[in-house]
Amino acid sequence: MYPAAFDYSVAESVDHAIDLLQRHEEGAKLLSGGQSLVPLMKLRLVQPTHVIDIGRLGGLSDVREDATAGVVRIGALATHAQVGASTVVREKLPLMTEAAGVIGDAQVRGWGTLGGALAEADPAGDWGPVMQALEGRVECTGPSGIRVVEAASFFVDAYTTVLADDEMITGLQVPVPSKGSAGAYLKMERRAGDFAVASVAVQLELDGAGNCTKAGVALGAAGLTPIKAVAAEEALRGQPVAQETVEAAAERVMEAANPLADVRGSSDYKRAVCGALFWKAVDMALRRHRGETVKGGHVR
Amino acid sequence: MSDKAKIRITINGVVHEREAPPRMLLVDYIRDVVGLKGTRYGCDTSNCGSCTIVMDGRSAKSCTFLAVQADGREVTTIEGLAEGSALNPLQAAFQEAHALQCGFCTSGMVMSAHALLAHNPAPSVEEIREGIIGNLCRCTGYVPVIEAVQAAARRLDPKGGTP
Repeated sequence: MYPAAFDYSVAESVDHAIDLLQRHEEGAKLLSGGQSLVPLMKLRLVQPTHVIDIGRLGGLSDVREDATAGVVRIGALATHAQVGASTVVREKLPLMTEAAGVIGDAQVRGWGTLGGALAEADPAGDWGPVMQALEGRVECTGPSGIRVVEAASFFVDAYTTVLADDEMITGLQVPVPSKGSAGAYLKMERRAGDFAVASVAVQLELDGAGNCTKAGVALGAAGLTPIKAVAAEEALRGQPVAQETVEAAAERVMEAANPLADVRGSSDYKRAVCGALFWKAVDMALRRHRGETVKGGHVR
Repeated sequence: MSDKAKIRITINGVVHEREAPPRMLLVDYIRDVVGLKGTRYGCDTSNCGSCTIVMDGRSAKSCTFLAVQADGREVTTIEGLAEGSALNPLQAAFQEAHALQCGFCTSGMVMSAHALLAHNPAPSVEEIREGIIGNLCRCTGYVPVIEAVQAAARRLDPKGGTP
């Protein structure tokens, strides 16, 4: 299958890419790794008149900690494999390491990019819920400079974000959770390589007494966009993480989920999966907090 | 629109510079423009992995790339592994372990394993399973494939090998 015909340009800089976007307006698409865009173009679900290749732009795949700002900055063109292999990410944001390992397959992880996946905004994407649980921010660069958007308000609809036609994602800012924080990312698949039935990202900050001082909870494949389960976060915050609290929070998670029925299950089933994954993720986070080694990621 | 682009790709050490429309897929460039038919065209939907090649050291599904994305890059296809008539250790291990039956997935499977071993010379069984998740095989049930990759790993790195 061939994509519909298009004009092709290689961007030589971010400014050049934005200039090209402005000139071609809504007919243009940015191509980085192409692991989602190329299949969508082959299916002709997307038919750009102009493809702007940013895949070779230098300096947009760095991962580094900015200790003053308390964040890890990740370039938009970092591949999933680069994020997964990054020592900084493993030490500061292990939730991201866990998610990076379960995206697609080795072929996709080697070429697909963090920025590309976020811009595509697939409802079943992994980075959306992870960014929301970690309260990450998206750097959107346009003709008048950079605006920084919270991951919680970045997604508008399925495959739709707040990015304007002449903006591109240039990087992510991810706050480093406090010491004593622990999380888990769990994604349920029917079989290897399938889209998620549902996924849940949990990041808990706990004090010495085992009380939750801060909680990040977000769901993937549970609606048209990633969903930050704010009511569940509030149910956990300030509470000891005990059976009753988690039960109440799991109720809030299932209320927040708004999954569509499809071949992967009914809406009710997927909502129940969200609740179950949340329970499991909280349990994993607590065990990790106690220093246990627990394998998260795929649930099959 | 869709004027031809000049695309220069080094494939198995040989530079190929041809003109092709930007919408041409890499798998078509490799098979039909260059004429290397070892790379299989399978599902054409990024699922089966039969079209897997190694590009700049990373495995890649060549049906999921535009040929223009490979411009200036180095590609290794299944034809690039053997030296003359001598199979490379991975290919030999596939033969010895009966890691194929119909053979359709084999070139992609071998290229995924090739990329895996380049990054991880002594993978565990779990790591091999994870490493070939993007390659479907409908004949073997994967067990002989995993055994072949283990055997090749031991042969390539006698000190390593899988537990």
